[in-house]
Amino acid sequence: MKHLLVLGGGSAGTMVVAKLRPRLDPDEWRITVVDQDDEHHYQPGYLFIPFGTYRREDAVKRRSRFIPDGVELVFGKPAKVEPEANRVRLEDGQVLAYDQLIIATGTSPRPEETEGTLGSEWRKSVHEFYTLEGALALKGAIDRFEGGRFVVHITEMPIKCPVAPLELAFLADAHFRERGIRDLVELVYVTPLDGAFTKPVAAAHLGHLLAERGIAVETDFMIERIDAEAKAIVSYDEREIPFDLLVTVPLNKGADFLAGSGLVDHLNYVQVDKHTGQSRHYPNVFALGDAADLPTSKAGATAHYSIDVFTENFQQHARGLPMTHAYDGHANCFVESGNGKGLLLDFNYDTQPLPGRYPLPGVGPFALLEESELNHAGKLMFKWAYWHVLLRGRELPLPADMSMAGKVLEATS
Amino acid sequence: MTIATIAGQNVHVNEEGFLTEFGEWNESIAAELAKDVGIDELTSDHLAVLRFLREDYQSNGETPTLRRVSTVGGFDTKRLFQLFPKKPAKKMSYVAGVPKPVGCV
Ligand SMILES: Cc1cc2nc3c(=O)[nH]c(=O)nc-3n(C[C@H](O)[C@H](O)[C@H](O)COP(=O)(O)OP(=O)(O)OC[C@H]3O[C@@H](n4cnc5c(N)ncnc54)[C@H](O)[C@@H]3O)c2cc1C
Repeated sequence: MKHLLVLGGGSAGTMVVAKLRPRLDPDEWRITVVDQDDEHHYQPGYLFIPFGTYRREDAVKRRSRFIPDGVELVFGKPAKVEPEANRVRLEDGQVLAYDQLIIATGTSPRPEETEGTLGSEWRKSVHEFYTLEGALALKGAIDRFEGGRFVVHITEMPIKCPVAPLELAFLADAHFRERGIRDLVELVYVTPLDGAFTKPVAAAHLGHLLAERGIAVETDFMIERIDAEAKAIVSYDEREIPFDLLVTVPLNKGADFLAGSGLVDHLNYVQVDKHTGQSRHYPNVFALGDAADLPTSKAGATAHYSIDVFTENFQQHARGLPMTHAYDGHANCFVESGNGKGLLLDFNYDTQPLPGRYPLPGVGPFALLEESELNHAGKLMFKWAYWHVLLRGRELPLPADMSMAGKVLEATS
Repeated sequence: MTIATIAGQNVHVNEEGFLTEFGEWNESIAAELAKDVGIDELTSDHLAVLRFLREDYQSNGETPTLRRVSTVGGFDTKRLFQLFPKKPAKKMSYVAGVPKPVGCV
């Protein structure tokens, strides 16, 4: 009996076992998932919690409900992966030997990595929304906010769901308008990149969204520390941005137990082949979802599409055959723009987000790179699809490879 | 994609003037690119950073972030701001002939 061990039972770990269990002979393959707890979080829901659109119940369900029959779920934390010996040690002393290993422990925000973040203002005027507690605490702070400087800040790329901070800024704008205090709020968006939009076509189509909403943008901001007393973020080139309420996205990092395993880079992301997810160092080790160092957005959508391809490949790999399918980096994401509207982006490793219609060329119904109410509905529908379709390993009626049909190619000068 | 003549050589550049062919870069081109971003002379300190960027890009297929240049490359972040003032991430990648660091949009 061979053993497939999956570390992490979040979006990627759950989707992949749901796909593989019916496809691998149960007399031949045992499958085990390891996770630290029994709470599966729908993380895209964190964005809506601060504004009261979603509550805790919308974002949390029991993890074990989504692990299919025939897959063992072990609660525990890995202490160390030993790829030379094909085994994983857990903190409680258990040793799990494997034939094939999938690492799907995601990435998490690390406020401790930026000096001053966890100081006296933490969860008072210094907030984050990349954890459930953070999103809930931010809701309280926004409810109490009566005006002043509201600063949304990204520490460094890569972060999961790189558009989430922008969406938070849009939703904050809409929220303060609705409360009738928008004129008392100064909204600032701070990024380490050279613009809020960095790809030429998206920048041309979406650049106006910030200006229209009166959101100021501060670019190339490399944070050195948060000065809690002065209530300002300070950069390495000594710029200071004062805030009354700061929503920072801390540095994101892969799981700490991976450090020193010989599998990961400086941010604990597993170094993989970008088309197969296979470790660049050990052929029986794979990483899926945010845990991998794929040169694309860390998003549930990326995990979903790459796992479609991985499922085909792994069935070949399990039989000792070469893997013949290649993931092209395809992902799409709905982006909230506030006031009941949203945008849709569709892209892959080689093609930047382009305008057009999706998934049916010319018809849509979704509009790419353009605000619409239907795109917002798409984002809200995604929650249902996540719990009922994606985690169950069922198919969305959308193809895994990106298509150029329906996209408008434009000269970018 | 357009062709530009830099330091007497024809190279491929994108709409922002970044080189798009990794192999077309050399130090004489870098010296010209540096002038575009207000760096009159490339010192050995500049070149050490550029070399790290290129090697790292080649092994990972992605331009390193400022944080990576400092933690993995061992260059002090404040020093990077002196060498490539105001916009180090963009300027370093521009002069090194690798893509600028981007988000997903
Ligand atoms: C605010 C926000 C908004 C987002 N919005 C979107 C969106 O609109 N669209 C989209 O596609 N994506 C979105 N995402 C991203 C999406 O949630 C992630 O990309 C996705 O969950 C990645 O799946 P994963 O399985 O790789 O990681 P996760 O789902 O995070 O799963 C990792 C699992 O590993 C476990 N784990 C981690 N470390 C350990 C350890 N040491 N020991 C044991 N277990 C461990 C965790 O408990 C968890 O269950 C958003 C994320 C955030 C934070």
